[in-house]
Amino acid sequence: MDLVREIDFGTPASTSEKQVTLTVDGKTITVPEGTSIMRASMEAGVEIPKLCATDMVDAFGSCRVCLVEIDGRGGTPASCTTPVGEGMVVHTQTDRLNAIRRGVMELYVSDHPSAWNETPGTGASEFDKVAAEIGLTENRYGTEGRNHVAPGNGSLTIDYMVRDESNPYFTYDPAQCIVCSRCVRACEEVQGTFALTIEGRGFESRVSAGMHQSFLESECVSCGACVQACPTDALREKTVLEKGLPERSVVTTCAYCGVGCSFKAEVKGDEVVRMMPYKGGKANHGHSCVKGRFAYGYATHEDRILKPMLREKITDPWREVSWEEAIAYTASEFRRIQYQYGRGAVGGITSSRCTNEETYLVQKMVRQGFLNNNVDTCARVCHSPTGYGLGQTFGTSAGTQDFDSVEHTDVVVVIGANPVSAHPVFASRLKKRLRQGAKLIVIDPRRTEMVRSPHIEAAHHLPLKPGTNVAMLTALAHVIVTEGLFNEAFIRERCDWAEFQDWASFVALPENSPETVGGYAGVNPEEIRGAARLYARGGNGAIYYGLGVTEHSQGSTAVIAIANLAMATGNIGRPGVGVNPLRGQNNVQGSCDMGSFPHELPGYRHISGDAVRDIYESLWGVKLDNEPGLRIPNMLDAAVDGSFKGIYIQGEDILQSDPDTKHVSAGLAAMECVVVHDLFLNETARYAHVFLPGSTFLEKDGTFTNAERRMNLVRKVLEPKATYADWEATQLLARAIGLDWNYTHPSEILDEIAATTPSFAGVSFAKLEEMGSVQWPCNEKAPAGTPIMHIDGFVRGKGKFIRTEYVATDEKTGPRFPLLLTTGRILSQYNVGAQTRRTHNVMWHDEDRLEIHPHDAENRGLRDGDWVRLASRAGETTLRALITERVAPGVVYTTFHHPDTQANVITTDFSDWATNCPEYKVTAVQVSPSNGPSDWQEEYEELSRKSRRIEGRLEAAE
Amino acid sequence: MTMQPAGTQVASRTTAIIEELKGLEGALLPILHEIQEEFGHVPAESLPVIAEALNISNAEVHGVVTFYHDYRAHPAGRHVLKVCRAEACQSMGGDAIAAQIQQRLGIGFHETTKDNSVTLEPVYCLGLCACSPSAMLDGEVIGRLDAEKIDEIVEEVRR
Repeated sequence: MDLVREIDFGTPASTSEKQVTLTVDGKTITVPEGTSIMRASMEAGVEIPKLCATDMVDAFGSCRVCLVEIDGRGGTPASCTTPVGEGMVVHTQTDRLNAIRRGVMELYVSDHPSAWNETPGTGASEFDKVAAEIGLTENRYGTEGRNHVAPGNGSLTIDYMVRDESNPYFTYDPAQCIVCSRCVRACEEVQGTFALTIEGRGFESRVSAGMHQSFLESECVSCGACVQACPTDALREKTVLEKGLPERSVVTTCAYCGVGCSFKAEVKGDEVVRMMPYKGGKANHGHSCVKGRFAYGYATHEDRILKPMLREKITDPWREVSWEEAIAYTASEFRRIQYQYGRGAVGGITSSRCTNEETYLVQKMVRQGFLNNNVDTCARVCHSPTGYGLGQTFGTSAGTQDFDSVEHTDVVVVIGANPVSAHPVFASRLKKRLRQGAKLIVIDPRRTEMVRSPHIEAAHHLPLKPGTNVAMLTALAHVIVTEGLFNEAFIRERCDWAEFQDWASFVALPENSPETVGGYAGVNPEEIRGAARLYARGGNGAIYYGLGVTEHSQGSTAVIAIANLAMATGNIGRPGVGVNPLRGQNNVQGSCDMGSFPHELPGYRHISGDAVRDIYESLWGVKLDNEPGLRIPNMLDAAVDGSFKGIYIQGEDILQSDPDTKHVSAGLAAMECVVVHDLFLNETARYAHVFLPGSTFLEKDGTFTNAERRMNLVRKVLEPKATYADWEATQLLARAIGLDWNYTHPSEILDEIAATTPSFAGVSFAKLEEMGSVQWPCNEKAPAGTPIMHIDGFVRGKGKFIRTEYVATDEKTGPRFPLLLTTGRILSQYNVGAQTRRTHNVMWHDEDRLEIHPHDAENRGLRDGDWVRLASRAGETTLRALITERVAPGVVYTTFHHPDTQANVITTDFSDWATNCPEYKVTAVQVSPSNGPSDWQEEYEELSRKSRRIEGRLEAAE
Repeated sequence: MTMQPAGTQVASRTTAIIEELKGLEGALLPILHEIQEEFGHVPAESLPVIAEALNISNAEVHGVVTFYHDYRAHPAGRHVLKVCRAEACQSMGGDAIAAQIQQRLGIGFHETTKDNSVTLEPVYCLGLCACSPSAMLDGEVIGRLDAEKIDEIVEEVRR
């Protein structure tokens, strides 16, 4: 297999519809008006040498290498900055041009390591290639005099700067830099961080991170866009410098967040040396973040468990066994438990980290093999209210748009989400749109980076008190209804008018007015009114929301309230609008789609439907239970009660990620066979009897479905380190419990999914290979998939307005617990951190900190960095304080990336009324000074250490 | 000796200057001018304050400040003498004048005397070519430099 090569057209594509025809070196080509000569030439197959141009950023015209001659025009214009014209005749290779290019390159080379007969870096950069193409044979300028290259060598050295090795993933070597600004422009235009600049002028011009700082100290977020853009080896991945250039590459899909970026996994030997964003990826268009681009080291981390392990009791040390023994033991245990305690005493949890095919198999094993419906997924704790809310109102449990839609948005509403941290690649696209002039409304208790950061600023920030989302959304609706800002034509055509009137009369009640709601939500009513007017009348309005909406006791109600707003303003069914849940995990959409919930078969079809069950019963040859099974919290309750004894958990760390840790551990401890199928001995594995080693996304084939319903191919890059990909391990287990499964490749599993589920009927590996990716529904009606939903009408028929009465959570502040804790994530870490903590990303975030407002800190005598005790009604923990005005007085915030913090010891077991999604985002707490870790943390640490012992090894790593 | 302002003073004065000027279109350069006027240089700690106020990145402010030679990273001497080194002045004996000045002050270009009395800088054209060779002392231009005028300048800065 070879390297996947991508063409660099030099400048971005033009979106003009008018076509222009020109001739380049005798070839005729027709391109959209506004296209550069450089791009048009490349499209005609004529490559013009270039240094400062790349198609990820706008043309700049500084390197003077891409010059061309045009008949009838004087001079030698730069092809990157000169747009095509009708009938133009362009020459890219003439004696005059070659002489100029040689001269320019000679100057570049005279101040470049090659002139010193040094070839540091890879020796295979774009710069090296251009120099070779132009055929440079001499350097008439010599190596004397001022230069940026040599630290000594007898010449002046004031311009020499040492390499910046501060970033763990890439090197900046100023000696190789030609100051083309590609990195600076990539940072600005693509990433939107503006962390780089050119400092000084003339010969002193240098690329500078921040204010002449090291990359690590600067505002740089290590997204890698600059490294990707660099035409020399000035910015280069350390892995490539250490291990050499890749030999082959495979296009696959990132396994971190729900954006679902496409990457080229570049391999040398049997090692991934680099992940390069793939420009053909329709979710990311060639951009990346620090996690997907660099934080893949966990895949080869020494902590990974590669052999199955067993133990009778959780106090025993682990014993490494063969796959045969582990599978046979598990199968016999599950059989025994079902015989002893009943059919419903076992269940399974599917993973939002695994592929659609793997998820499908786990729920299939539960339903077909265990003959119950006790299957649930980690989406329970994040976006289950999205499924419910959008299902009820629109008829589909998914976002309505593709990410490209943001390019047509005029007003963006971000609610309870911080895309800059959690969905960085989408955030970059969003920020780009904002810089082009779109307006922004942020509804979030914290003043996140979205509210204000270089070149973007929210028109309205509604810093509501945690737990008041529904009231706030209804207050926005109040303004829209009472001020007559709704779109009557849309509502009459697409929705049920009577339901709208009922809803309108409800939201118009005085208790839903901004003045009333603003009072208890802590938001200026005028801001609420302003935001509502802007969303209703500002053009295309799109709502993006995250777990700050769903993880509440009224999470489902809030999702419904969002849907109501979109319907009332007619912001549904075309590019630039819609309701867009920002999905947390790579395949959380897919795991929901694949029937992971106890009440639903694949495609969100209720288990009680006879027709749906018939499909599967006839295919699987068993009688399915027509009653919904247990949800995760119910499984744990049942375990504590003694009626649920065995569980198969694929790729989820419920002990760390689910609320009320003590309850989870009590449930797990009461079970007789806990099977954890994961990469690492995670927190849940402390209570496991069987450990099955998992495979990373690099080690298997399959599909992930991202937040825009896009099914992307995951391609096997390396052989599974633990022998079996996860789908194979599940199949082994299924066969051991007596199921006749014979899948030889995930494509066969997808075929079964397509054959049984109407929304995926048209999907196959062959189609995904051909199209790159496809957005469901994909079937006879939409063979190429569906980028935007509900175009001519809602999936359910008429859009349904539902009243959204605000009911305050039972979790209330009081004298003992006067502050509200809300939780979230930061950029460099991912979720419970199992992967990112095992990479250099810890250089940015090595512990969870408690953000607290200076006012609250002062009241408690806290200084920045002090250890504090964080206590709620559920439990307590300790961590260090971070004093910041990002949080409002009365609100504290922390992340949950590190297991020793155990933020979920604090969170309560309150949950969404409709879906049991836990109320992570609101916990009443008290904060007080502390000397260090709590008793619970110390006990926990000791127990963790004991529970991770493996026979024959001195001390097992986590 | 010029007193170095304390960090808090820099922040509060910087904030006041920004508040006054940030409404202007393209406010960055006027703000930097005013800060240099206030402190005699552009203190590094004022840059993040400006960046925050204008909602641009630290890097961008740094890029602009370093692009213009007139923005100083450190305070100059009590007097600043800029001597024109451009073509017209060179043709009128500017090289010799520059050498004399350096010799009389005992410092080279871009240097400040030990007693902090004067900083010497080259400048590339003051628009005073008709009166070459020329210089500028503390913002006042001086034409037709000769030994006598250099004496006067030295006397002035030593005072």
